[in-house]
Formats: sequence, C-alpha cells, structure tokens
Amino acid sequence: MDYILSLIGPMVEGTAVTLQMFFVTIVLSLPLGLGLAMARISRFAALSGAVGVYIWLMRGTPLMLQLLFVYYGLPFIPYAGVTLPEFPAAAVAFVLNYAAYFAEIFRAGIQSIERGQYEGAKVLGMTYPQTMRRIVLPQVIKRVLPPVSNETITLVKDTSLIYVLAMNDLLRVTRSIVQRDFDLTPFMVAAVFYLAMTFVLTWMFEKMEKRYAVYDE
Amino acid sequence: MQCMTNNDGHMIEMTGIHKSFGALEVLRGVSLTVAKGEVVAIIGPSGSGKSTLLRCLCRLEAIDRGSIAVAGETLAAEVPGGRSRYVADAEARRICRKMGMVFQHFNLFPHLTVLDNLLEAPLTVKGLARADILPEAEALLRKVGLWEKRATYPSRLSGGQKQRVAIARALAMKPDIMLFDEPTSALDPELTGEVLKAMRQLAEEHMTMVVVTHEMAFAREVAHWVIFMDEGEIVEEGAPEEVFARPRMERTKAFLGSML
Repeated sequence: MDYILSLIGPMVEGTAVTLQMFFVTIVLSLPLGLGLAMARISRFAALSGAVGVYIWLMRGTPLMLQLLFVYYGLPFIPYAGVTLPEFPAAAVAFVLNYAAYFAEIFRAGIQSIERGQYEGAKVLGMTYPQTMRRIVLPQVIKRVLPPVSNETITLVKDTSLIYVLAMNDLLRVTRSIVQRDFDLTPFMVAAVFYLAMTFVLTWMFEKMEKRYAVYDE
Repeated sequence: MQCMTNNDGHMIEMTGIHKSFGALEVLRGVSLTVAKGEVVAIIGPSGSGKSTLLRCLCRLEAIDRGSIAVAGETLAAEVPGGRSRYVADAEARRICRKMGMVFQHFNLFPHLTVLDNLLEAPLTVKGLARADILPEAEALLRKVGLWEKRATYPSRLSGGQKQRVAIARALAMKPDIMLFDEPTSALDPELTGEVLKAMRQLAEEHMTMVVVTHEMAFAREVAHWVIFMDEGEIVEEGAPEEVFARPRMERTKAFLGSML
C-alpha cells in the first residue's frame, strides 16, 4: 500500500501532462472540425476538394508519424519551416489529426438532417447561416454525441503517443517507474488512472445525451 | 430587367413559368394571378407540376423562364437571352416574407417546443424581442386550438396537430399570403378535418391563399377559383361551380371522375 501511495505523486504529474494535451486538443479540434465539415459540404468544389485531401492525409497516416513530422520534419521545410517545442508540436499534430475525424463526424451529422428542415427555415425567411446556427447544428449535436464521445475517449488514450517526443505523460512516467523498480504494479495504477478519466468523460456524455433526450425526431 | 409596378391589388402574378428538372419539363408556360383575399385551389394528378409551381413561388425551386411578382414587387424576371433571374438574395428574402408556406410533411423543428417553433422566425429573422411576440404567438396557438400543447415537442403531436402548429408558425411571421402544398395528404383521413377547419377559418378572415390539394370538397366549398393542372400546364380554370359541375375539358372530366 505504501508503495502504491509513493507512486501517486509522479503519476499525478504525468496525468497533468496527459490532461493538458487532452484539453488543448478537444478545445481546438472540435471547432476546427466543424469548420472543416462546413467547408467539406461547401458548393465551392476547390474548397471541398482541398478539405477532402486534407482529411484523407490526416486519417490515412499514423498519428505517430504526424507527431514525428511536426516535431522533427517541420523545421526542415524551406522558408515556411518552424521549430516547435515538444508540447506545441504535439498539440499541433493532435489538433490537426482529431479535427479531421471530427470533421467527418460533423459532416455526416449535418447531411443526416432532412431537406425539409432547410426548406422550413427558408420559407420563414432565415438565411443559410441562421438556418445552420438555429435549426441544423442544434439537431446535429444530438445525433453526433455518441461518435464524438467515442473519439473523445480514444483521445485520452492516444495522448500516450507523445512519449515519442520524450514528454512525461502518464504512461511514460509509469514505464520509467516499472523499469526502475522491476515491479508491474505501476501499470495497474496507470490503468486505474485512465479508467477514472474515461469514466468521467462517459458520465459527462451520458448527461448530455439525457439532456438532448427531451425531444425525439 | 423590367420593373413591375403595383397593379390593381394582385398579390401574386406568375407569368409564363417554365421549369425543367434535367430533361423533364415540369412546368410548360404556366401563368397564375391571385387577387387580394382570393382563395385559389390548384388540383390535378400527381406529377402535374402543381407543387413545383408553389415551390418556385417561394424560391424552393428556381424557375427557368417567366416572371414572378408578389404584391406588386418583382421577385423574378426574364433577362435578355430568355432565362429568368430572381432579384438579389436579401431583396428576394424580404419579398418572400410576405408569403407563409405550409408543407405536406409539416417540417416543424423537432428540437424546439411548439411555442418556440412559432417564436423562432420572428426572433431570428425580424430580430424581435421574445416578450414582444409572446402574446401574439400564444394567441395564434389558441386560435388553432393548441395552446395547451405549447410546451410539447412536435414528436408528441398527432399529424393534424403538427399541421396546425405549422400553420400557426407561418402566421407568426404575419404573411399577406399563405401557400399550402398538399397540407392534408400526409394525414390519416380522420385528422384532415381539423386542418381544413383551420384553413377555412383563415379564408373567412380574407387571407389570400393558394392551396395545392387533393381535397375536392374543400376546393369546391372554400376556393374562389379552381385551377386544374396536368402535365405541366393549366388545362382548365374557373369558378369552382363551373369546373366541378361543368368541366369543359376531357382531361378535367377524367380526373374529377377518378377522384370520386
């Protein structure tokens, strides 16, 4: 028991890194994903096509490769190259990657709203932005909550990839303790930490789904 | 673009409307004039173009040729070259606000309560304050007999109740003209009466109405003018007692015979 308590301190520090990466990614990738989804369904073919290629690249290559590229590869790009410290580099890769997934979830959600909703709004005099904001997107949220919840839970665990940039997130801290002590207990403790985080998320999404359950479609 | 001026109280003036979907010509030079306070019923078989005509009027479809004026203001006109163009978007939206539209499938907003369905457009489009429009919206709900359902979501309503909410929602924008696109076609037969009653009441208040319908009894009793369309054309039109009792055209006779 004392041994487990002695693990808590460093592992909480690792959890802080994990949570920081998680929150930065969620806060930035959700709106970016929504913007990308709107661009993807735009009637401007060039815009829609460009976003299509972007989503293909982001979903079609490993997140780990994207992390390594932003951190190690970006500085070598002529003229536009920048060198980013670990955290910003990782955040850029995570945000760009998750925005692509969220974009596809939002696109599917937006396209699942019946045409009659747009027509009902149009004959009442609403503009396209008003229709989106007041009629379509509020209904989209209800429909995309389950897949968004999935992605969000995946993100908690994906943050462990930042170990490749030598960042001390929960899993890397745990591994170094295991290697130091030749004891597997820290892995169990880490699992409990991850489960606690995903439990909170699951609970939050359940509450949101209940709130949206006041109406049926 | 030729400019229409106000002429002798015509609320709707559609002239020479052509509309195709790909190779399919749905409207072949249809003209429709509706005077203030007039109730016009458009009847005809499925695919005759009657719904499309209504949808072109409120910009849900764009006409290919012809011109449209609403309450004396040009909404669409032919430009050199024969095609037709609608006026600029904001202008068109302003003109179309004079018309309320009721759909076959209601198109209520499922995420909003009955009351909020009525308030949404006055709030968003007209920028009015909730407190200012609340009494009117509640009065409209009382009028269609659904005040006690104001806090309910649309999914909990019957088809007839939904359609009455849809009528009240359109009226909340204070239109001068009401368009109905087969308002009772999606309803169970025993529910059509309550919707027709609400429409009858509107007609008695001298609302200008264009009703695309399969309800022959309604067209006969309430409409001032009946238009029979088939294959994208107006085949016959006239006062209801003329068209129903003494149809002149063979196609009209065949259609009315099939509706009995």
